[in-house]
Amino acid sequence: MDKSVESWRPSAAIETLCERARLLAEVRRFFAERGVLEVETPVLGHAGSTEVHLDSLSTEATTPAGRERLWLQTSPEFHMKRLLAAGSGPIFQLARSFRNGEVGRRHNLEFTMLEWYRPAWSLKALVDETEALIRTLLPSAGVRRLRRYRSLFREMLDVDPFTASLAALQHLAGEWGGIAMDDIERDGCLDLLMSMAIEPQLGRDGIDIVIDYPPSQAALARHVTDVEGDRVAARFEVYVDGLELANGYDELVDASEQAERFAEDNRARARLGKPLVESDRQLVAALEAGLPESSGVALGIDRLIQLALGRDSIAEVMAFPTSRC
Amino acid sequence: MASYSTNEFKAGLKVMLDGDPCNIVENEFVKPGKGQAFNRVKLRNLMTGRVWERTFKSGESIEGADVLELDMEYLFNDGEMWHFMKTDGSFEQYAADKKAVGDTEKWLKEQVTYTVTLWNDNPIAVTPPNFIDLEVTQTDPGVKGDTANGGSKPATLSTGAVVRVPLFINEGEKLKVDTRKGEYVGRA
Repeated sequence: MDKSVESWRPSAAIETLCERARLLAEVRRFFAERGVLEVETPVLGHAGSTEVHLDSLSTEATTPAGRERLWLQTSPEFHMKRLLAAGSGPIFQLARSFRNGEVGRRHNLEFTMLEWYRPAWSLKALVDETEALIRTLLPSAGVRRLRRYRSLFREMLDVDPFTASLAALQHLAGEWGGIAMDDIERDGCLDLLMSMAIEPQLGRDGIDIVIDYPPSQAALARHVTDVEGDRVAARFEVYVDGLELANGYDELVDASEQAERFAEDNRARARLGKPLVESDRQLVAALEAGLPESSGVALGIDRLIQLALGRDSIAEVMAFPTSRC
Repeated sequence: MASYSTNEFKAGLKVMLDGDPCNIVENEFVKPGKGQAFNRVKLRNLMTGRVWERTFKSGESIEGADVLELDMEYLFNDGEMWHFMKTDGSFEQYAADKKAVGDTEKWLKEQVTYTVTLWNDNPIAVTPPNFIDLEVTQTDPGVKGDTANGGSKPATLSTGAVVRVPLFINEGEKLKVDTRKGEYVGRA
């Protein structure tokens, strides 16, 4: 921790924080006009995210049940889905989220996630709404383009991310990273290529929406069949100016498949020597009770504000990044 | 020597890479939303001065480098090595070779304090102070009104360095020089 005398000061200028407040007010107006309910759900939960590459923070708390381990959310997804299953209708939340180890120019351990859900909406309709929201904060954003994950790899790297051999992907990723990748799994290689070779080129003159992700990268999205007849994850990601802004899903509503994905995540965690995470049985119970067919999206609001205000790092648009808190 | 995980990477950290000590210049955390994280790191190789760009898998560890930067006074050159002495009162001496001294050779003046970078107790680099006072040993007499060369002329200093100086500077004068740019600042 920086203990210098100046470290008490916020990393964002007070004027920037005024701009931030104005942009957040615009977000709330956007949803109010569309009849989407603002909700607040707990930051601490009895279960965490099992996602293999998300590291949750947890804490010990004294509750009526005694000493318990509670998890800080990596996103408000699970609690919000329980609201959907309980009949909330469309909801949004500006939620504090926590991801251990994620610190950098575009990352902070604690950040604000804008997440919203649209029952009975197709993924396509949600893509349109996400674009509309981004344009309210970034009125000068250029055209929108739909880009298929697979086509991006074919066009920019001359490789098919679905059919290329693991060895070929490891070799290519190794060239881009300048490191040996032979102990990295398929998705890890694709992640490296995506973040180092492709992402910097996305959203350079507009809003790039990437769709049709590999089925192994579905997280909580449903699997569907793409135009080439292959299984893909029904998700989209939004890129503006080389920055990943949002991640949307056609939400998985099948309780047993969800439970199986949690278990598979924890098996993958075990293989990588990572701590296991208590999976969310209450979410699975909510899915069993019946989650309406929904589309949902999570958007990194700090990054969007960073772009809207033309700043270099998210620390410049938050009062106190982790290094100063 | 301790090893450092990518979580501990920050500018200024000294680590070993490919057998050479390096200084981390920049560390960028890269991660697709829910995918695998990597660190893109710029490192300066302290032996060659070259900047390397490398990727590390997040959580990976690399060995720290036993590198120290110490203030030392320049003593003399014995024809092969340049000798320095610690300024902490210990009078401990170190001999730096041609490779370690590098471009700093032309700024070496006795009794001036330099930053000497030690790796495993051996000098690998010598950095001059940002400003140093040196005497002009040779320069052509300036002619008033001669502005063909932008009003400046070359001057050779006592250490061998050549800098451009205003026309009114004469041999024997002491000048203040910026060693980073190799530029005349003013009369000392």
